[in-house]
Amino acid sequence: MATTQSRTLAKIMLFPSVSLLLAWMIVPLCMTLYFSVLDYNLLMPGDNEFIGFLNYEFFLTDPAFIESFFNTLLLVGGVLFITICGGIGLAVLLDQAIWGRNYVRIMVLAPFFVMPTVSALVWKNMFMNPVNGLFAHFAEFIGVTPIDFFAQLPLLSIIIIVSWQWLPFAALILLTAIQSLDREQLEAADLDGAGPWSKFVYIVLPHLSRAVTAVILIETIFLLSIFAEILVTTSGGPGYSSTNITYLIYTQSLLQFDVGGGSAGGIVAVVIANIVAIFLMRLIGKNLEG
Amino acid sequence: MGSITLKQVTKSFGDVNVIKPLDLEIRDGEFIVFVGPSGCGKSTLLRMIAGLEDTTSGTIEIDNQDATDMPPAQRGLAMVFQSYALYPHMSVRNNIAFPLKQAKVEPAIIEQKIEKAAKMLNLTDYLDRKPGQLSGGQRQRVAIGRAIVRQPSAFLFDEPLSNLDASLRVNMRLEISELHKSLDTTMIYVTHDQVEAMTMADRIAVFNGGIIEQVGTPLELYQKPVNQFVAGFIGSPKMNFISVDAKAGDPTCSLGVRPEHFKITEEEGLWTGRVGVIEHLGSETFLHVHVDGVGTLTVKADGDCKVAYGDIIHLAAAEEKIMYFDKDGVTIPELSWGEEHPSSAA
Repeated sequence: MATTQSRTLAKIMLFPSVSLLLAWMIVPLCMTLYFSVLDYNLLMPGDNEFIGFLNYEFFLTDPAFIESFFNTLLLVGGVLFITICGGIGLAVLLDQAIWGRNYVRIMVLAPFFVMPTVSALVWKNMFMNPVNGLFAHFAEFIGVTPIDFFAQLPLLSIIIIVSWQWLPFAALILLTAIQSLDREQLEAADLDGAGPWSKFVYIVLPHLSRAVTAVILIETIFLLSIFAEILVTTSGGPGYSSTNITYLIYTQSLLQFDVGGGSAGGIVAVVIANIVAIFLMRLIGKNLEG
Repeated sequence: MGSITLKQVTKSFGDVNVIKPLDLEIRDGEFIVFVGPSGCGKSTLLRMIAGLEDTTSGTIEIDNQDATDMPPAQRGLAMVFQSYALYPHMSVRNNIAFPLKQAKVEPAIIEQKIEKAAKMLNLTDYLDRKPGQLSGGQRQRVAIGRAIVRQPSAFLFDEPLSNLDASLRVNMRLEISELHKSLDTTMIYVTHDQVEAMTMADRIAVFNGGIIEQVGTPLELYQKPVNQFVAGFIGSPKMNFISVDAKAGDPTCSLGVRPEHFKITEEEGLWTGRVGVIEHLGSETFLHVHVDGVGTLTVKADGDCKVAYGDIIHLAAAEEKIMYFDKDGVTIPELSWGEEHPSSAA
């Protein structure tokens, strides 16, 4: 990509794919924007007349919106916290030379390959069920009242399920980062008199900061749009206590057949995602430089 | 403070014996260089002394204390690694302070020691930079600074100059020698470069295949190598070996003549050959002379040598400069350096 000629050629060659991707993104976005200013409800077929920002007003002033907004933040933040902390711990453990390490690594990665609906159902029916679940049996065994997870702790239950799914991803990325650490640095620290904890805090953790940043950014993108786990476990309830923005938009547009309101919610979600993205890049993006 | 004694030390990785039983006495305050081709075990031995590798058998004594199973930090040694092993996310100041902080030294004293080390190593202006913003030579000095502040009883250097360019290497060589003179601390220095070994060492230990071939001062190794390996390894360009037909009663199997000991003569000399490639270095000239039945000999001549490619020249060498080796490559001392040093062959 050095000469003017090769740069021009590169632009020409890139043009078809870039324009296709752009259209792929722009057309649905424009349609959503268009729908969001219409009175468009599938239950009341009519003229779909223009109503300005009324859809936005209804969506943003809905008490469910505020609740689901904070639920979204709690869900993303909680899962990030659990997966990063647990991921670092797992990565350090998996980095140790143990017998059958390669098999252990594959087993640890397994949850990531289970589809969200399946893993949520497994958790719902096998673990968290207040009558037949493993946790309920354990609670009975030690003589306490079983917790009805999805009724008493709906959001926490979803955080646990999603964390279980994403922990392997974080552990794997962090493990490769740990393995790229220069062993001579650890040996130098050994000679400098650093114990295991000092080595972890002063050498390993700073080395992991870039990988942690990457994990946070990637996970945030996916965690903002958690949907299947909520649908198959709590359906957003009780009330709105486990509804996030994504699920709220689904309720709006597909359960209430309000396409206009759903579209307005979608645009709000796009704005929120961008705010989160800017916030994250400001906060930790500098770790990715250099 | 700073004598290290190795007694019958061995190291094996599985079935491979990297270090065969080895004895070595490193005296207090001495600059000893471990030199040898790659894979000869010199770095492994250094790491064993540092405590980064387990010793398979034998004992390592530091200041007359058995240190064989001591953890690295307690041995009171400091090491400078080939990759420098600086902590990339810490400033130069924190890199140098790290061993002191780990030893729970008071902040005021740490600051004082950093200032002193920085001044000594010309790092004062760089204390707040990160290692990534420094040049190779500066990183090297930071690594040395991190070693100095601990006031170790001995410094271990593991090929510290191999990542530097040639001119910087010469400078750093001088700086390290200077440092040794001013600190007067034991230094063990591993290198594969015999020039570094010759210029810096008080004593050199020549390694080959997990054993020490010879230990001695640079001049001893140059003048009285105990075998063909040492003779060939020390000196640049390397010694010429000329095989001779064994005569009855004469154990000599090959002769060794250093390039600088050849004389180009007008009349018939010991060898006659045709000049091949000529390397002019200004101060001296290296001739590659093809001699029938012997092979190619490297000859060092004066800088203004007028010989041209293809010339036929005669070579002679003073009798006392020629080395004689027997069929196992061991030097025959009576022939090589007269009767007066028979003990040096041991």
